[in-house]
Amino acid sequence: MDFDLTEDQKLIQQTVREFVQKEVAPYAAYYDEREEFPEEIFRKLALINFFGIIFPEEWGGVGADYVTYALAMEELAAADGSVALSALAHISLCSNHIYLAGNEEQKRKYLVPLIQGELLGAWGLTEPNSGSDAKSLRTTAVLDGSEWVLNGSKMFTTQGTVCDVVVVMAITDKTKGHHGISAFLVERGTPGFSSVKLRNKLGMRGSDTAELIFENCRIPKENLLGQEGQGFIDSLRVLEGGRIGISALAVGIGRAALEESIKYSKQRVQFGRPIADFQAIQWMLADSEVELEAARMLTLRAAYLKDRGLPIKKEASMAKLYSSRACVHAVDRAVQIHGGYGYMGEYPVSRYYRDAKLCEIGEGTSEIHRMVIAHQLLKE
Amino acid sequence: MNIIVCIKQVPDTTTKVRVGKDGKHIDPGGVKFIVNTYDDFAVEEAIRLKERFGGEVTVISMGPERVKEALRMCLAMGADKAIQLWDPAFEDSDPYTTALILSKAIQQLPYDIIFCGKQAIDRDTMSVPVYLAELLGLPQATLVVKLEVDPNARKFIAYRDIEGAKEVIEGLLPAVISTQWKLNEPRYPTLPNIMKAKKKELKELNAAALGLDSAQVGEKGSRVKVLSMELPPPRSKGKILKGDPREVCRELVRLLREEAKVI
Ligand SMILES: Cc1cc2nc3c(=O)[nH]c(=O)nc-3n(C[C@H](O)[C@H](O)[C@H](O)COP(=O)(O)OP(=O)(O)OC[C@H]3O[C@@H](n4cnc5c(N)ncnc54)[C@H](O)[C@@H]3O)c2cc1C
Repeated sequence: MDFDLTEDQKLIQQTVREFVQKEVAPYAAYYDEREEFPEEIFRKLALINFFGIIFPEEWGGVGADYVTYALAMEELAAADGSVALSALAHISLCSNHIYLAGNEEQKRKYLVPLIQGELLGAWGLTEPNSGSDAKSLRTTAVLDGSEWVLNGSKMFTTQGTVCDVVVVMAITDKTKGHHGISAFLVERGTPGFSSVKLRNKLGMRGSDTAELIFENCRIPKENLLGQEGQGFIDSLRVLEGGRIGISALAVGIGRAALEESIKYSKQRVQFGRPIADFQAIQWMLADSEVELEAARMLTLRAAYLKDRGLPIKKEASMAKLYSSRACVHAVDRAVQIHGGYGYMGEYPVSRYYRDAKLCEIGEGTSEIHRMVIAHQLLKE
Repeated sequence: MNIIVCIKQVPDTTTKVRVGKDGKHIDPGGVKFIVNTYDDFAVEEAIRLKERFGGEVTVISMGPERVKEALRMCLAMGADKAIQLWDPAFEDSDPYTTALILSKAIQQLPYDIIFCGKQAIDRDTMSVPVYLAELLGLPQATLVVKLEVDPNARKFIAYRDIEGAKEVIEGLLPAVISTQWKLNEPRYPTLPNIMKAKKKELKELNAAALGLDSAQVGEKGSRVKVLSMELPPPRSKGKILKGDPREVCRELVRLLREEAKVI
């Protein structure tokens, strides 16, 4: 048993922390207010090669492990949850799907520039009528000569209107159920592909969320990603790694909320004393600390197992389920500790409060993760 | 060019420091350490020179095991090699003995230019670069805000901000340059370079390897000694004067004169 981080992990954690606190955190409120995607921030993250953390050097990546990825994601989310969500979709979903299932040519054409931040990636599984029940998706792809023809729509796709390339899951053989689902690479600007930005989200407003529409959208035959009929199976592998990312993201938002709470409770004076003197406030701080630390440990353990090539189905779901709850609790307490000032949006805690809820919905709802965990228990 | 950078690991500016039980040291418990702020400019300038003229950057630090982390950070920024100088006998070295230890290590290496931060943000003595130049018998330029180097002519031109004016000085290489704000903007290490840093050479040298005996270094070799260390007194509460503006002004002037003694 060893709880120490390696030197690399510590150095990357420290570098990312310094970088994002200076280059990302100060602009979070600006983009949140305008519901604008922070292109500039993405360019900066590319400078330190943030998007390459989990990918090997041969593709221009950093060659670090998932523990490092979790640490870096926590730091990024503590600076700006929206940017972390966008980065997560770019890295864990889009890039990683291409890394896991793509051929040499696809990796050269898409993965390398995605890692360098020269292209922005998105990943679309969810549809208007198919969320938790992802297998029930309806988008179709039909081979016509040397082209696939896509028809259908995707819902809540992160980076939907700003991406350069999107991985889209579609049915290629209706008779085979989820073994009839395949993945495709669609470039922005392809005729028949359009997207609509979904505005007025509760939180994560600096992240672009969109509906994608495919109307007789023709893409080259070679844009099939992975084996035909393997798209859904590959998606499950992709999502498994993504859960470590979103789990760390939840810990990051929660931690930022706790740090703000500690700061504010020492400053705010009522009844002649800083409110941190009141036991009621202290208990809230203590509860958040314990839950977030437990969440961090579940997250790092899932990452540790993944780095060793061990199964993480249950562990990743446990981390995601618990961390998102710990995050929602922490932001709730943070607003409570800030009182009216917290509610008014003058302090960042109101943004954390709005951003946090996504963690219990995206990448599988809490209910779905309980089902996954229970399924593993009952099967054993 | 062979470029050497001397760096120090210091407590982070955001860390709450406490004085240790002996009243002479900072209590290292719970302290987060970083590369001294001014040394970042030194490392950056060294890497830029290397990028321009080719060569090698070697970072050197005197200090215990933990300074390896600081050295790795410099390797991650782009330095090529690192040397840690440590021996239990080095404990409590003053700026003079520190410079002596550094000079012995530098004398074992080829060098064209040596960079140091202008001062370490923990002790603020500003004297190591000066001693170092003296001990090596080299020209020096301190608090440099802009630097031009001509490796062929073996010359440098250094710009310094002095009270109300700018000073431009020229000197011969090799030289010791101490770096100040404004010289450059230190880069962030990229994540791949952090991963590569551990594959770079990090050598350890002790007193014997430097040809020093324990009487020359540490507290024994030092010319100044820390007698005591204490935290500044906690800031007292501000005073708010209320009432008739005329009265308030009169009272304010009286307080500034008699209590604060600033006018
Ligand atoms: C900001 C944002 C970004 C997103 N980004 C992406 C993206 O980039 N790519 C992508 O593909 N998707 C993305 N999503 C979609 C996200 O993954 C889905 O919203 C999520 O999977 C839930 O699907 P749904 O919204 O259709 O809810 P539904 O599946 O309709 O669920 C509604 C409720 O019913 C519950 N429920 C459903 N089935 C069961 C069951 N069997 N037992 C018990 N309870 C059940 C759910 O837990 C939930 O409480 C994003 C969503 C958001 C909000």
